[in-house]
Amino acid sequence: MQSELTLIEQVKLGKIWEFPGGINPPERKSLSNQTEIGNFTTHTLYIPIQQHIGVAGSLLVTKGESVLKGQALTSPGEGLSLPVHAPTSGVISDIIDHVDAHPSGKTVLTIVLEADGKDLWVNKNPLLNWQELDRDTVVKHIQAAGVSGLGGASFPTYVKLSPHKNIDLLILNGVECEPYITADDVLMRYHANEIVQGAQIIQHLVAAKLCVIAIEDNKTEAIASIEKALADVADIELRVVPTKYPSGGEKQLVELITGLQVPSGGIPADIGIVMQNVGTSFAVKRATIDGEALVSRVVTVTGERVKNPQNLWVPLGTPIKTLLQNVGYSPEKTPRLIMGGPMMGFNIVDDMMPVVKSTNCILAPSNFHLPERGVEQNCIRCGQCADACPAELLPQQLQWFAKADEHEKLKEYDLFDCIECGACAYVCPSQIPLVQYYRIAKSDIRQAEEEKLKAEKAKRRFEVRQERLERDKQARLLRHKESAEKRKKALAQDGSAKDKIAAALARAKAKKATSENTDDLAASDTPQDKVAAAIARAKAKKLKSSKVSVDNSADSTPEASLETSLKATDTAPTTNPNKDRVAAAVARAKAKKLAKEEQEKVKNDAELKNETDHKGHADAADKPVSEAQVDKTLTAAEERKAKVAAAVAKAKAKKQKAAADEPNQEPTLDFVDKASAKISNEDKKRSADDERKAKVAAAVAKAKAKAKKQATESENSTNTSDKETPDLNVADDLSQTPEQIRKDKVAAAIAKAKAKKNANNDTDNGSNNS
Amino acid sequence: MSLLTNMFVSSPHGNLGLTTNQMMRIVAYATLPGLAAQIYFFGWGSLIQAILCISTALIAEAVVLSLREKPIRRTLSDGSAMLTGLLLALSIPPLAPWWIAVIGTVFAIIVVKQLYGGMGFNLFNPAMAGYVVLLISFPVAMTNWLPPTELLQHPMAFGDAFLAVFTGFTYDGYNLTQLKMSVDGITMATPLDHFKTEQILNYTTTEILNSPLYGEYGGTGWLEVNLAFLLGGLALLKLGIIRWHIPVAVIGSLGVCALLGITIAPDQTYPLSFSLLSGATMFAAFFIATDPVSASTTNQGRIVYGCFIGVMIYIIRIWGGYPDGIAFAVLLANMCVPLIDHYTKPVTYGHKRRREAKS
Repeated sequence: MQSELTLIEQVKLGKIWEFPGGINPPERKSLSNQTEIGNFTTHTLYIPIQQHIGVAGSLLVTKGESVLKGQALTSPGEGLSLPVHAPTSGVISDIIDHVDAHPSGKTVLTIVLEADGKDLWVNKNPLLNWQELDRDTVVKHIQAAGVSGLGGASFPTYVKLSPHKNIDLLILNGVECEPYITADDVLMRYHANEIVQGAQIIQHLVAAKLCVIAIEDNKTEAIASIEKALADVADIELRVVPTKYPSGGEKQLVELITGLQVPSGGIPADIGIVMQNVGTSFAVKRATIDGEALVSRVVTVTGERVKNPQNLWVPLGTPIKTLLQNVGYSPEKTPRLIMGGPMMGFNIVDDMMPVVKSTNCILAPSNFHLPERGVEQNCIRCGQCADACPAELLPQQLQWFAKADEHEKLKEYDLFDCIECGACAYVCPSQIPLVQYYRIAKSDIRQAEEEKLKAEKAKRRFEVRQERLERDKQARLLRHKESAEKRKKALAQDGSAKDKIAAALARAKAKKATSENTDDLAASDTPQDKVAAAIARAKAKKLKSSKVSVDNSADSTPEASLETSLKATDTAPTTNPNKDRVAAAVARAKAKKLAKEEQEKVKNDAELKNETDHKGHADAADKPVSEAQVDKTLTAAEERKAKVAAAVAKAKAKKQKAAADEPNQEPTLDFVDKASAKISNEDKKRSADDERKAKVAAAVAKAKAKAKKQATESENSTNTSDKETPDLNVADDLSQTPEQIRKDKVAAAIAKAKAKKNANNDTDNGSNNS
Repeated sequence: MSLLTNMFVSSPHGNLGLTTNQMMRIVAYATLPGLAAQIYFFGWGSLIQAILCISTALIAEAVVLSLREKPIRRTLSDGSAMLTGLLLALSIPPLAPWWIAVIGTVFAIIVVKQLYGGMGFNLFNPAMAGYVVLLISFPVAMTNWLPPTELLQHPMAFGDAFLAVFTGFTYDGYNLTQLKMSVDGITMATPLDHFKTEQILNYTTTEILNSPLYGEYGGTGWLEVNLAFLLGGLALLKLGIIRWHIPVAVIGSLGVCALLGITIAPDQTYPLSFSLLSGATMFAAFFIATDPVSASTTNQGRIVYGCFIGVMIYIIRIWGGYPDGIAFAVLLANMCVPLIDHYTKPVTYGHKRRREAKS
């Protein structure tokens, strides 16, 4: 008591536990258990190829074939599958769809066997040495004999004989708690030894330490026979349980014997228990020791409308009609036949329905003794159903929820723990067909869940597909990128290719220069004009287009390529397109002014610059391509020069816009950051000094652009003087640098001058271009 | 005969045989000892009220059923309307004017029962809801209980009672106030009523109980009526129509409260026997609180429900404005039923932990 007893120790104490609820309907068993088990033979048998839970086997016979008793008619397939056998010798007269032993009366593929009356057995294959054989061999043998649970559910026995869990206890169910039915009762009375032998085989197969045979206390004769058979058998004990429906229910019997409950949704094996019906045990014995397949079973044919109620050995496949004709059945005005017992059996909708492996009873009750349910009334919540429920459910609550289709509530109230024993509906004073409501609700919920699952699957499928498409796309892009890089690498490694490119670039440049010349000849007179106009055009173009083509910039004039780099600095922030446009316009305007009003001064510088640039291009054609393709035709110095010049120009334009911006604050702006970043990226070899200069220039440019933006018609000399200050700073900065930046200084000076000019009449330009 | 009938009948095939109609009738029969005791001690008025209430209930139910286009004959035969009328009749004073019975019954059947959907759907006990409506609307008429017949100054025959109910005067022209005079000329009330009044006047329990209204264990007459209802209730228990949970819980909790009261304030509270065997205690415990429709539906819940009623009865009797609080207690408990049911759901098979091993 202090220490936790093991399951076996506890069961061995012999205590019979209790389960809640239950009912005691009139038993009416004495109708049919007064005689020995008779034999029944018939001429035509209808053998459904599936008589168990699971998958049907595949046909082994064809129409017209002669078969012997016990010969397999089908072979089991994958999964839960059992064969069916010929119940007697004869000829397969047909293979048809015939009504099945099912509440719905649906049809199933059925083998029609015409008996020849000889009842000749096929060669039997007993396994007398089952104890020495491999367990799997015995289990396979039992499967081949077509043994399924004979208690009612018809679950393939071989599955239960090879449990995946450790089994301590085997319970043999001889309770037979349903009223009227006595098939197990008489089987135990007259075949107790064989049942015990079967139990030993099963116990051996599942390696159970103990076997308990449970019988209800109303079956005194059966108890006596089993007791006698157990006289010198070890590890098999008898337990007599009180008569109460549904003590023969699997879960209830487990509780009665062990005091344990099978976890919800689980099977007895989860707590180390296997349960078999006594009839199944008998069939296992016959299959193993006698080598006989399951071809017949004990069926109780009973009810007040049967003159000679009794138990019969009925060949599987015998139509109920034939069976009833032999026991003196006289139907009520409205015929009423039940397959199984009154509590859980189902109405027989077609009397050509065959006896199958799970058919334990054919009941023909009188309306007096088993009155049909009356008209359903409202539930008055009397709670008798709850008192009767062996699963401790609240049937009346479930009923309300079932009527209202409240699936969540039904699940919350454990609808799926209902074993459909019918006790609730049996006691219901309002005659509510509770079990029917639960069955419908269960199937509704299952269906809804299936649909939900399907919908989820479809959604998942869709998502996976989308993912896959996206992945493919990315993979494709990556592949393209890789191959492009490969090509580039190949080019870089191949010197001749480089030369070719350089040559091509040179060609392109030459071509462009020619075309520019022709264009400019028409537009302007002086080379200065030409250059300035080209710069302005390039700038405008670049600023407008959002894409920077590296190759294009390489192709174009140095000014253009320079602008490209500047443009690149501008592209990232698309924030101030206006500013950019204005700057471009200003640049153009400056170029014009430069041409018109400072011809003398600028001429030299411009020429010099132009020459240098062209020279640079020429040089570049012979030089190896530098790392950064943007600058590959420019030397670092040239680029720097050009860039600074342009930056100064731009800065000037911006300065016109800025009224009061201090140059010191400028570097915090994105523009400047980007510009410096870009510059440093483009030429890593550039010195820190140079970079700083460029930065300053960019800052100046920014300031100018701002100034330009703010510029109005009434721009005065104060603005101009303000503008000059940063320029001077720039000049100061530049002056500190080595002499190679002299040209830049000059350019800055030019820009300054231009800015001054601009201050006078830049309004027109600004409005033209904005 | 190939295809058989009854294709879609679900198992189980058959029924216990005790139908709702039968259950209602058995409950009605079980009230008969109590009714007889009431007639014996308080005159024929109770019988007249019973007939009046039952007829009104049936008529009211029939009218609503015809409006709702429901089967009238079948529904009336379920006996629930009859029982509601009967229970209400047993609750109201025997000589209350006829319209009291009619109003109460009509309200109980039409508003409390049928407007909620008919049998099985009412949230509140129809008889008690009808009673409360009457008590609140017509407090004087509803507390005009005559003293037991043996104490009456003017004994009444059936005809007197009939006339009193329908005209307000007996054959000899006495009105209810005059009738309430006892043999010694004191105006009488029910024991609970009297007790409350006297208590307000600061009499102690001992002093109050000296009045001829009180017998040895309860009010004269009331004791016997309560015992008669107890008898009927035990019969119901025996027949399995009601279960023990609610009556035991009601009586038990009321008894515990009474014991506590006696211990704490013996001169301000009712003695135990008086608590249990006066007023409508037994009637409530076995016939009112056990109404399955409006009571809790789990066994555990029924105990909670019964205890709630018992405690409320005591609280209302001691501190409430009304001498008896059964109707209010029951209605309050009715309101708590969904909550009680929710928290007393039994644990389903397979959801329990492993049982402890008991040798």
